[in-house]
Amino acid sequence: MDTLDLARWQFAITTVYHFFFVPVTLSLVAITAGLQTAWVRTGKDKYLRLTKFYGKLFLINIAMGVVTGLVQEFQFGMNWSDYSRFVGDVFGAPLALEGLLAFFLESTFIGLWIFGWDRLPKKIHLACIWMVVLGSQLSAYFILAANSWMQNPVGFRYNAERGRAELTDIGAVLTNKVVLVTYPHTIFAAFMVGGAFVAGVAIWHLVRHKGVDTDAFRTAMRLGAVVVLVAGAGVALSGDQQGKVMTEVQPMKMAAAEALYQTEKPASFSIFTIGTLDGSREIYSLKVPYLLSFLATGHFEDEVKGINSLQEAYEQLYGPGSYHPNIPLTYWTFRLMIGVGMASAVIAVWLLWTTRRGRAPAGWLAWVALPLPLLPLAANSFGWIFTETGRQPWLVFGLLPTAAGVSPGTTTSEVLTSMIGFTLLYGALAVVEVKLMFRAIRAGLDPVESDDAPDQPDKPLSFAY
Amino acid sequence: MELTTIWFIVIAGLWVGYFVLEGFDFGVGILLRVLGRDEPERRAVITTIGPVWDGNEVWLIVAGGATFAAFPEWYATLFSGFYLPLFAILVALILRGVALEYRGKRDDLVWRSRMDTMITIGSVAPALLWGITFANLVRGVPIDSSHEFVGSLGSLLSPFALLGGVAFTAVFVAHGAIFLALKTTGELRQRANRFASLTGLAAAVLAVGFLAWAHGIRGDLASAVVAGVAAVALLAGLVANRFGREGWAFLGTAVAVALAVVSLFVAMFPDVMPSSLDPAWSLTTTNAASTPYTLKALTIIAGIFTPLVLLYQGWTYWVFRKRITVEPVTVSTVTPPQAGPVS
Ligand code: HDD
Ligand code: HEM
Ligand code: HEM
Repeated sequence: MDTLDLARWQFAITTVYHFFFVPVTLSLVAITAGLQTAWVRTGKDKYLRLTKFYGKLFLINIAMGVVTGLVQEFQFGMNWSDYSRFVGDVFGAPLALEGLLAFFLESTFIGLWIFGWDRLPKKIHLACIWMVVLGSQLSAYFILAANSWMQNPVGFRYNAERGRAELTDIGAVLTNKVVLVTYPHTIFAAFMVGGAFVAGVAIWHLVRHKGVDTDAFRTAMRLGAVVVLVAGAGVALSGDQQGKVMTEVQPMKMAAAEALYQTEKPASFSIFTIGTLDGSREIYSLKVPYLLSFLATGHFEDEVKGINSLQEAYEQLYGPGSYHPNIPLTYWTFRLMIGVGMASAVIAVWLLWTTRRGRAPAGWLAWVALPLPLLPLAANSFGWIFTETGRQPWLVFGLLPTAAGVSPGTTTSEVLTSMIGFTLLYGALAVVEVKLMFRAIRAGLDPVESDDAPDQPDKPLSFAY
Repeated sequence: MELTTIWFIVIAGLWVGYFVLEGFDFGVGILLRVLGRDEPERRAVITTIGPVWDGNEVWLIVAGGATFAAFPEWYATLFSGFYLPLFAILVALILRGVALEYRGKRDDLVWRSRMDTMITIGSVAPALLWGITFANLVRGVPIDSSHEFVGSLGSLLSPFALLGGVAFTAVFVAHGAIFLALKTTGELRQRANRFASLTGLAAAVLAVGFLAWAHGIRGDLASAVVAGVAAVALLAGLVANRFGREGWAFLGTAVAVALAVVSLFVAMFPDVMPSSLDPAWSLTTTNAASTPYTLKALTIIAGIFTPLVLLYQGWTYWVFRKRITVEPVTVSTVTPPQAGPVS
C-alpha cells in the first residue's frame, strides 16, 4: 500500500468512527432537551429522572464525538495537504465557521449544563441545553456544506495560475442545492438513531426490571418509537429529493447505485442481485419496474443514464481514465442504507402497536432492544460510505482527483504509524465507551433529589466528575 | 491595514487564547497527582477545570479552522510537515479528553487512578510538543520552493526546540498551580500556592532563556520588548502569589503566556513559516493567504460572532467563579459489584 491508500483508509476509518457518535449526539441532545422542557413545564418527577438518565448517556457519547472530531479537524492538513492547498480558499470557510459559531457554543454551554444544575435558575439551565442543541445543528450544517461542496462545487472560480479553487460567493456555498437536501436527510437519519436508542434502552428496562420505573420507561419507549417513525418518514422523503439532486449533479453515482451499465428508459430498481456486478453476468435479480426512473427523476417513464455512456462522456470531458466508483460497494451500501434503516422503522411500528393502550411489552421484545438502535446506526455508515466512495475517483467532483490531493511530503511509514495508532486507540476506546454505556444503562434511573435540599454551590452533579 | 495582516493577528490571537486557557488546564492536569493527595482532593482539582476545559480546547480547533480558511498554505505545510508531533498531540488530547469525562463515571479508585494517569500524560505531552512546534516555527524549518516540508523528525528536535518544549511545560505548570491556588480553599490552596512559588522561578528562568535564544535567532526590537514585558509579568505574578494575591498572580501568568506567544508571532511576521533553506521559499502572510474575497467574508462573520463568543465564555467563568472546597466523597476501594438492581 502506498501513502495514498493508507491516507484513504485512515480517513475512512476515522470518519466513519466519528460518525458513530455524531448521530447519537445530534438527536440525543435534542431528546434530552425535550425531556427537560417537559419537566420544567409539568414539574413531573419522571421527566426530571429521564432527563438525567438520558443526559448521562448523552455525555458518555459526546465525549467520544468531541475527541474524534479533533482528529478530523487536522487530518486534512496532515494527509491531504495538496487538497488543502487546492480547496482551502473555499472549503476552509465553512470549517472555520463551524468552529467559531458551533463548537464554541456547544462546548461552553455543555459545561454550563453539566455543572449548572444547582447553580443556575431552572429556565436558564434549560436554555443552556437548547444552546447545545443549536450548536450541534449548526455544526452539522456547516460541515455538510463543506462536504456538499466536494460533491457539487459551486460559488468558486478556478485560478489556473495558483492551481486552486477560489471562493467567489459564500452564499452560494452555504445554499448549495446539495446541502439543502443533505442536511435534512442527515438530521432525520440521526433522529432515527437517537429515537431507537431511547426506545431500545427503555424496552430493556421494562422487560428486565419489571415493575421498576415502569411509567417513566414506558414514556421513553413510546417517545423513542414515535421519533423513529417521524424521522423515518423524513428520511424517506428527503432521500427521495436527494436522489434527484444526485442524478443531476453526479449521474455516475446514481448509475453506480444501481450498477446500471446500459442506459434504460424506463429504468427499474433491483432490490437485490445475485451475480457478477461488473455487468458481465446476472444470475438473478429481483426488480421493481419504473422505480429507478422515479427515484432519479421524479417521473416513472424517464431515462436513467448508464455507466458505459457516462464513462464515454467523461472521457471526452476529462481525458482518458476510469470515471466510475467501485460498483459492488456503491450498489450494496445503497441498498443496505435503505433496507437496514427502514427495518428499524418497521420495528418501531410494531413496538407502538404491541404496547398500545397501556399494554406491557412482551418478554421477547428484549431481543429487539439491542438491534433497534444498531440498525439505523449501521444505515448511517452505509449511507456515508455510499456517498463518499460513490464520489470516487474525484475528491472534489470534476475538479480534483483523489490521487492529486494526498500530501506529497509525508512518508508511508508516517501514515502507517498514524493509521495503526488511531485504529488501535479507537478500538480500545470503543470497548471503554460501550462498557460505560452498559453500566450506566443498567444502573437505571436515579432517585429524585428532594427539591428542598440545601443549595450546595460547589457540589458538582453526580454525573459530572 | 491589509486583510492578510488582520488575519495573521486573528490567528495569533486564537493561539494566545488557546495557550492562556488550555495552558492552565495542562498545568492542572500535570499537577493532578502531585497536588491532589487523595481522591477528594483530586476530584476538587479536576472540578476546577471541569466546566471549561472543552471550551478552552475549541480555541485550538478554531485556530486550525481559521488557518485553513485564511492561510491554506500554512495549514497544509504546518500539519503535514509536523506530522508525527501532531499525531502525538492528537493522541494525547484524545486520552486526556476521554479521561476527564469518564473519570467520574465509575465509582472505583483503580479506574480513577488509571484515568488520572491518562490525564497527566495527556497534559504533559501536548505542552511539550506545542513548545517544540512553536520553537521550530520561529527557528524556521526546511521548506522547499513548492512549500513542502522536506525535513525529518530529527530536524525538529534540536536543543533549541527541546528547550522550547520544556519552557512551555514549566510555564504551564506554574500557571496551572496558580490557577489551582485561585480556585481552591484550605490546605490544597496553600499547597498549590507554595508549589507555584517553587516552580515559578524555574519556569521564569527557562522562559527567559528560551525567549532570549529565540530572539537571537529571529526577532526585532518590538518582539524583544514584548518578550521583556512577558518576563516582567511572570515575575510580578510570582510576587503576587507570594503574598497570597492569587487573582493578581493569575493575571500575571496569563499576561506572561499571552505576551510570550505574541512575541513569537511578532518575531515571525510577515513570515508565517520561515524556510531555513532559502528565505525566498518562506511562507508569508501574502503567499500563504486566501483571496481578498474570502478574507473579507471571514472578517465580517468573525467581527459579528467573536464578541458573542467572548461574552458567553466569560459568563461561564463568572458562573463558576467560586472556589472549590475539597469534599469527602464516598468511593469504594475495590471494584463494586455491578450496580444493576434485579438481574
Ligand atoms: C438511518 C439512516 C438512513 C436511512 C434509513 C436512509 N438514509 Fe439515505 N443516507 C443516510 C442515511 C440514511 C446518510 C448516512 O445520512 C447519508 C450519507 C450522506 C447524506 O447526505 O446522508 C445518506 C445518503 C443518501 C444519498 C446520497 C446522496 C449523495 O451522495 O449525494 C441518497 C440518494 C439517499 N441517501 C437516499 C435515501 C433514500 C431514498 C432512502 C429511503 C427511502 C434513504 N436514503 C434512507
Ligand atoms: C461532512 C464532512 C466530510 C468531509 C468534508 C469528507 C471528506 C472526505 C475526504 C477529504 C476524503 C478523503 C479522500 C477520499 O478518499 O475520497 C473522504 C473519504 C471518505 N469519507 Fe468522507 N467526508 C465527510 C464525511 C464523511 C462521513 C460522515 C463519513 C462516514 C460516516 C465519510 C466516509 C468516508 C469514506 C468511507 C471515505 C473513503 C472513500 C474512498 O477513499 O474510497 N465521510 N471524505
Ligand atoms: C470530516 C469532517 C469533519 C470534521 C473536520 C469534524 C470536526 C469535528 C470536531 C473538531 C469536533 C469536536 C468539537 C469539540 O471539541 O467540541 C467535532 C464534533 C462534532 N461533529 Fe464533527 N467533524 C466532521 C464530520 C462531521 C459530520 C459529517 C457531522 C454531522 C453531520 C459532524 C457533526 C459533529 C457534531 C454534532 C459534533 C459534536 C459532538 C459530537 O460529535 O458528539 N461532524 N467534529
